[in-house]
Amino acid sequence: MRGLRKRFIDIARQEEVIALDGIDLDIGDDEFLTILGPSGCGKTTLLNIIASFEKATGGEVLLDGETVRKPGPDRGVVFQEYALFPWLTVQQNIEFGLRERRIPRAERREYVQRQIASVGLSGFEQRYPHELSGGMRQRVALARVLVNNPKILLMDEPFAALDAQTRSMMQQELLGVWSAERRTAIFITHNIEEAVLLGDRVVVMTARPGRIKEIVAIDLPRPRDVTSTEFNQTRRRIGALLEDEVQAAFAAMRAETTSMQ
Amino acid sequence: MTAVPVAAGAASLNAARIVAGAHLALRRIAGPAIVLVLWHLASTQGWVDPRFVPSPVTVLHALQEWMFGPKGASPYSGTWFAHAGNSAYRVIVGFLMAAAAGVIIGSLIGWFRFVSDLVDPVIQVLRPIPITAWVPFAVIFFGIRDGSAFFLIALGAFFPIVVNTAAGVAGAPQLLVRAARMLGIRPYMLLPRVVLPAAMPFIFTGLRLGIGLAWVLVIVAEMMAVKSGLGFAMWDAYYFLRLDIIIAAMLSVGALGFLSDLIIRLIGRRFLRWSRGL
Repeated sequence: MRGLRKRFIDIARQEEVIALDGIDLDIGDDEFLTILGPSGCGKTTLLNIIASFEKATGGEVLLDGETVRKPGPDRGVVFQEYALFPWLTVQQNIEFGLRERRIPRAERREYVQRQIASVGLSGFEQRYPHELSGGMRQRVALARVLVNNPKILLMDEPFAALDAQTRSMMQQELLGVWSAERRTAIFITHNIEEAVLLGDRVVVMTARPGRIKEIVAIDLPRPRDVTSTEFNQTRRRIGALLEDEVQAAFAAMRAETTSMQ
Repeated sequence: MTAVPVAAGAASLNAARIVAGAHLALRRIAGPAIVLVLWHLASTQGWVDPRFVPSPVTVLHALQEWMFGPKGASPYSGTWFAHAGNSAYRVIVGFLMAAAAGVIIGSLIGWFRFVSDLVDPVIQVLRPIPITAWVPFAVIFFGIRDGSAFFLIALGAFFPIVVNTAAGVAGAPQLLVRAARMLGIRPYMLLPRVVLPAAMPFIFTGLRLGIGLAWVLVIVAEMMAVKSGLGFAMWDAYYFLRLDIIIAAMLSVGALGFLSDLIIRLIGRRFLRWSRGL
């Protein structure tokens, strides 16, 4: 990513808002990068630009040296709201991308079966999304992109809607899948523990306009123990970095509310 | 669901279900039964003139003769199936035309901004005009024949279908469209594979409103522009003051309308299995 910039016009207030400003970021092959920032810092905007759901006002996103222009299965996205197709069964949801890309039926079935087994959905193939729990739905969403063998996995707070226990279980499973079939991943979160637990590096963002405040490499061996001293030292350090930004975001929000009154 | 103690066996569970089912059936039958009793009393106790409000028993006899009586025994005897068949045929043809046009045009309006800007204002202006106002044009262009009825029914049923389809398509969740694009869908497949399925609940609402209107309009068409069918029988019976036949025809339309709505609901239930609460 080079010099990414995103501006848009706040229609209600008739003024320009800079959501992202000068984001420069290189992600290594098979790296797990977590992006951490206060709400409203443009994390999701950044992810949407990488996925090509939104266009950047300036700069470009390069994937293996090529500028990305359109959304595609090389950048699989897992949304916080699951975004499963409610009229399709688990199997059909996972098969969707392969079918749209006209992969022959027999091959399709084989990939889908293997993917279903690897995310622990065996026995649920014929269920509809509304019959599944949040954790199960997010597994389907993950399987749905992994089956397309994406170059990069983009996750936008995928576990934010889950309860603490399911969340922790899903984090472990995600790490399991990621270490089994190594893959570049960008994971957005506002949860410090989650960022430190998952990431090879943690990108801490500033409050609006979103810039990169600091990139922290997490050198802790995996599997990481969230109760260890080293883990908590890192967590505290990143927490302190983030705290300033949360304060700044909060102050900005207060100023905005006051000026509106 | 009925609350049943955990320890209860299958037998008492079944018993509880039967009791609950019987209660439900009783509640649903009670309303129509009360209406029937009041109607009967009104007619037989002289609360109203029985020549103008024939009792349910009279109506039932009239309907029986109309349906199963020997042909020629009286002007109506044995002609019910021909009339009902004519009406049903017109409803089906008109409704299918409306459904095809409504779903196709509605999808285009909901999906393409350009089509919406062009076509939607026309539809919004035509929509409030009562379909009866079109009767003279129907008769001039299609004559006193089935064509007039098809036209009036198709036109009337078209509006709720097109409006609901357009709303459903335009309101298809952006998130699902993004998900499909990210999974590599070819852009022209978005409409059939994502947007239309997402709009299905709306489309079925439109179809149900449409079939209801189709039965209203077939009667209008047959009273004014065609010389057969239940609507024609009603109008004809009015000239001879056979109010029992009119009520029998009303009940027939009610039953057939209910039946056709039920069929659409059953088809919808199959299509919308994924959608809770429909």
